Amino acid sequence: MDWFDTIGRTFLDFDAMLQVLPQLLGTGLKNTLIISFAATIIGVVVGMIIAVMGVSTSKWLRIPARIYTDIFRGLPAILTILLIGQGFARVSQDIFGPSPYPLGILAVSLISSAYIGEIFRSGIQSVDRGQLEACRALGMSYGKAMRLVVIPQGIRRVLPALVNQFISNVKDSSLVYFLGLLVSERELFRVGQDAAVLSGNLSPLVAAGICYLMITVPLTHLVNYFDNRFRTGRRKPTPPRSGLDEVDEFDPTIIHPQEAAR
Amino acid sequence: MSTTDVTSTPQDVQRFRGSRLELVDLTLAYGPIDVVKDVSFTVAPGTTTCVIGPSGSGKSTLLRGLNRLHEPKNGDVLLEKESTLTVKADELRRRIGLVFQHFNLFPDHTALENVALSLRHVKKLSLAQARELAHRRLAEVGLAERSDHRPRDLSGGQQQRVAIARALAMEPEVMLFDEVTSALDPELVKGVLNLMADLGKRGMTMVVVTHEMNFARGVADQVVFMDEGRVVEVGSPTALFDSPQSPRLQRFLSEVL
Repeated sequence: MDWFDTIGRTFLDFDAMLQVLPQLLGTGLKNTLIISFAATIIGVVVGMIIAVMGVSTSKWLRIPARIYTDIFRGLPAILTILLIGQGFARVSQDIFGPSPYPLGILAVSLISSAYIGEIFRSGIQSVDRGQLEACRALGMSYGKAMRLVVIPQGIRRVLPALVNQFISNVKDSSLVYFLGLLVSERELFRVGQDAAVLSGNLSPLVAAGICYLMITVPLTHLVNYFDNRFRTGRRKPTPPRSGLDEVDEFDPTIIHPQEAAR
Repeated sequence: MSTTDVTSTPQDVQRFRGSRLELVDLTLAYGPIDVVKDVSFTVAPGTTTCVIGPSGSGKSTLLRGLNRLHEPKNGDVLLEKESTLTVKADELRRRIGLVFQHFNLFPDHTALENVALSLRHVKKLSLAQARELAHRRLAEVGLAERSDHRPRDLSGGQQQRVAIARALAMEPEVMLFDEVTSALDPELVKGVLNLMADLGKRGMTMVVVTHEMNFARGVADQVVFMDEGRVVEVGSPTALFDSPQSPRLQRFLSEVL
């Protein structure tokens, strides 16, 4: 059972895992979550702008939104991260200082905003056209109708997809390691990898993987739960009621006795 | 279902000040195809005009042309002798209410919020004022006790009455109805038609696209028969239903009656 031992030592070296654990939780997990949350929040803001442009009737708004989405969805994440992280390093140095951390967040944000833009756009376009028409018929402007009625309905439908995008960002945040982060800025993957070099086996990376799974697996199931809830909708259980009872509900002679007497 | 709390406030029964509506050679097009062609007729203040005709005759498009949800290609619509094409569309739509075949209520909002939303954001009333007024409008359509229900917890007939209350809340001078009972179960139609007849009696100017011939005969002051985008016959209900002149109308009536 020699190979069994080898596998155990490679993946399940518990001493190496324990040794890296404080760093994984203290530095890695923290940075992974910071990058993921920041990228999701920026992605939601930019994505909403892209989505609203994407459903506009003006092609001068639609076409730029399309190009933006096509580029950032069409490129491999690693390529975008390297291009932005290294390409804008000089500019970033003047604004944020020498750390590539902000540029990493920016790159992941741009990628996720393209996906989130598509998520929002599909949500907005899935709202029945009659909703917009009803608003317009009441004298609301296009902007007000979108803001008050159409967009909120669209967002509600795509909340599960947004959580999925957050999960995706958690995983993509590992790619930021290519930019070369300071020790205090390293996320789960990089912390695991550094420790793996020292321990001479892959167990620290397995520990990092477990950390990822602790974030992503519960979220996946949360999404499924919410998806079901949103699909069925909250509903006050009401007993069935005969349509015949309703016939009398609007009887002008009851509601306006004076008027009927005329 | 009691309506006693509604009857106790008869001072709420207000008369409407319906306006005069005049269509002058109105033409509406989808791209290169004219679907409403040179339509002209006048709706006197406080009267009801029913528009009847086979499907595809341009009735619904005609209604959307009146409040410029569909911009006219040619001709004009005069509201109180003033061209509707010169005012801002949003402004115009506050004066001309429209009720849809499929209600188009806001599904995430309660009946009360459905009525209050435009009061708040278009009429700019305070939240309290908007809710108070919305409540009164719901009471007027017999739904005082349903104000906290969401559309999906209401029957089709009740949803349509909420939609009417929502349009009425903007205090329009003209109300347009687009086949508003076509999506309803048969026993629920009466409540909605009664309500519309009541609005007519109270002085609202109404243009009603409908397949309910009994309503057209009983309530309308004027009936317009359209086919293939044109007005084929206009006249009193008795004239059109009892002695139709054109072969098209004779044929149509023989199919639906």
